[in-house]
Amino acid sequence: MPLPPNVSAAQWQEALAAFRAAIGEAWVYTSDEDAGLYRDAYSPVWGEEEERLVSAALAPRTVEEVQAIVRTASRFGIPLFPISTGKNLGYGGSAPNLSGSVIVDLKRMNRVLEVDDRRHFAICEPGVSYFDLYRHIRERNLNVWIDVPDPGWGSVMGNALDHGVGHTWYSYRDHFLSHCGLEVVLPNGELLRTGMGALPGAGTFGDFRYGFGPYVDGLFAQAGFGIVTKMGIHLMPRPEAFLHRRVLVPRRQDIIPLVDIANALEDAGLIGMPLYESPMFHAQFADPALRAIAHAPDVWNGNAIDRYAAEKGMAPWQLGLSFYGPEPVIEASWQHARAKFEKAIPGVRFDDVETLRFPLDEAGEEAVQHKVLTGIPNMNIFAIGARSQTNPEPADGHLLFSPMIARSGEEVLKAQRIFTEGMQDMGVDYPDAYGPFTAPFTWMPRIFALTTGMPVSRTDPAVNKASRETMRKLIELGARHGYGEYRTPPLFQDQVMGTYSFNGNALRRFCETLKDAVDPKGIIAPGRGGFWPRSMRKEG
Amino acid sequence: MRHALCAAALAGFIACAATAAGKPADQAAPLGKRLFDYHCASCHGTGIGNPGAAMKPGTDALRVKYGGELPALLSERTDLTPETVAYFVRNGVSVMAPYRKTEIDDAQLAALGTWLSRNNPDLKRR
Ligand SMILES: Cc1cc2nc3c(=O)[nH]c(=O)nc-3n(C[C@H](O)[C@H](O)[C@H](O)COP(=O)(O)OP(=O)(O)OC[C@H]3O[C@@H](n4cnc5c(N)ncnc54)[C@H](O)[C@@H]3O)c2cc1C
Repeated sequence: MPLPPNVSAAQWQEALAAFRAAIGEAWVYTSDEDAGLYRDAYSPVWGEEEERLVSAALAPRTVEEVQAIVRTASRFGIPLFPISTGKNLGYGGSAPNLSGSVIVDLKRMNRVLEVDDRRHFAICEPGVSYFDLYRHIRERNLNVWIDVPDPGWGSVMGNALDHGVGHTWYSYRDHFLSHCGLEVVLPNGELLRTGMGALPGAGTFGDFRYGFGPYVDGLFAQAGFGIVTKMGIHLMPRPEAFLHRRVLVPRRQDIIPLVDIANALEDAGLIGMPLYESPMFHAQFADPALRAIAHAPDVWNGNAIDRYAAEKGMAPWQLGLSFYGPEPVIEASWQHARAKFEKAIPGVRFDDVETLRFPLDEAGEEAVQHKVLTGIPNMNIFAIGARSQTNPEPADGHLLFSPMIARSGEEVLKAQRIFTEGMQDMGVDYPDAYGPFTAPFTWMPRIFALTTGMPVSRTDPAVNKASRETMRKLIELGARHGYGEYRTPPLFQDQVMGTYSFNGNALRRFCETLKDAVDPKGIIAPGRGGFWPRSMRKEG
Repeated sequence: MRHALCAAALAGFIACAATAAGKPADQAAPLGKRLFDYHCASCHGTGIGNPGAAMKPGTDALRVKYGGELPALLSERTDLTPETVAYFVRNGVSVMAPYRKTEIDDAQLAALGTWLSRNNPDLKRR
């Protein structure tokens, strides 16, 4: 493992001795075997010079230990990189922006400090996973739900701090939006509490996020301004029932009214996360005729797709609608929604997918079809990359490209074409490559993510080279059309930040000014978010 | 380092105790089982996957990998050894990322390995 940059071997030994004294010898990992576990398992530069490696990992148990680590690091000029559970796979895993950084692994700080099921919030330490918080709530039969991302093993905090997302109501599934109050160890080792945490004795840390003065919480997400050690998060009260209903439309252009109606329903608080899919996406791998349609240059006029849809009775688009609440109320909401779609889209069809009443027992939970829609953490999403009948030779992971596009059907059709033709020009084709059946993800409220994944390999550098070159070109292509990524692995953060370039990169320059003031030595995650302190900035 | 040594000693104790037949193995097995349920069962357990998937992803992956020659469920395997379990936990495989020592420490890993290899006839004979 490399040494931290600009630190001599003697200084390094001295620093390690100080870290050991602060947190205990057992929790300082320096061997290749132990520190190697912090490599990004989905790294697109695995084993290559560009791979971001760590010099060591430290696993503190208390806030005081985190402070001691930061002070020691500051004394020696050692860059730290905090992780909560370090499962940021596809977006960088647990690896830092700067090789030689020391990982601060907060997994051992794993207490659920409070769950209030009358005011509906939780306060957690970094190492609390979605599985942990869920179990905590279930064991106490508390009257709240959590909102979960697809993989349940990640942390409530780490996910929120990378602007992670889930699957229920808009106000809960944007996890940074739903966080409320932070406790942060600053680069000088000082402890800060934001929001009501700043008012001694307030008791409303998890209720009211603003407190008084500027709202600084945003600085601690996707950035290196501090190590967060506590976070409040708003929870939703457990609903009485859940309905999942599906809307199927007969024509490609129907995506336009479909999105307009779903937007109106969601923004009025009548539905949870709209779930767009194209049944033709999977069907194209089973039917060469459909695959040929998808690859034909004139596919974009929609005629061949519409003909195929009519012949086979297969919808080009479907939309899953989630309703949460008292049964008569959500049944009425569904009827209202149904009438809207019927009026706007000739030939629209509907499916009753699932109706659930809560609480469920364990067997009932296990039988829930799409668990994340009801806040049940699980790992089923890994089926998309794991070995299966249709994917007998799986990759070792994937690199995620997540451009954000405006929430309209027209924009979906436009962006699909831009990215599909762009990938064709690049000469790349993956099973998940863009095409006319790529559906928008709605995890983040009020915007669509047109996310795709490119394979990575721990044995074949050629696969990685192709994926990262494609990624770089996609970032550039997207930016040319006004599409920016909402998160990206460290390897691409400088490039992505560079695309947010209004007024001579005023945003990046402002972040640099703040970084220079708060963390001039680059002690906390230098480079995170695509900006660096002056001492580490590359000219130009 | 001291921690690693303690963990190794404890792992050794669990491994020895487990092969000493009967009770001690029973004592070790529930910890291994609990660890399996906590860390592994969400991919490698029983039950359905997301819509359209009859199995959980790890179970389905092993079903396809072994084509019926070995059980798809890890908990039903009779060929696992603690060493194999440790290898996959610490190295990962395909889309499964490795587990770090703050998640599963060496002593827990040994307990997990012991439980998952409890039906291996070769180990019982050892
Ligand atoms: C198949 C698959 C599906 C996925 N689905 C989703 C999904 O539905 N939704 C989603 O959001 N993501 C998804 N992801 C991405 C990722 O796995 C999750 O976001 C995961 O929760 C992030 O890992 P984590 O929670 O362990 O966070 P961590 O890895 O611990 O943290 C993420 C980043 O936040 C920062 N950070 C963490 N803790 C701190 C701290 N205490 N102080 C300061 N900074 C900190 C660090 O920069 C860190 O790199 C998916 C990934 C895969 C492979």
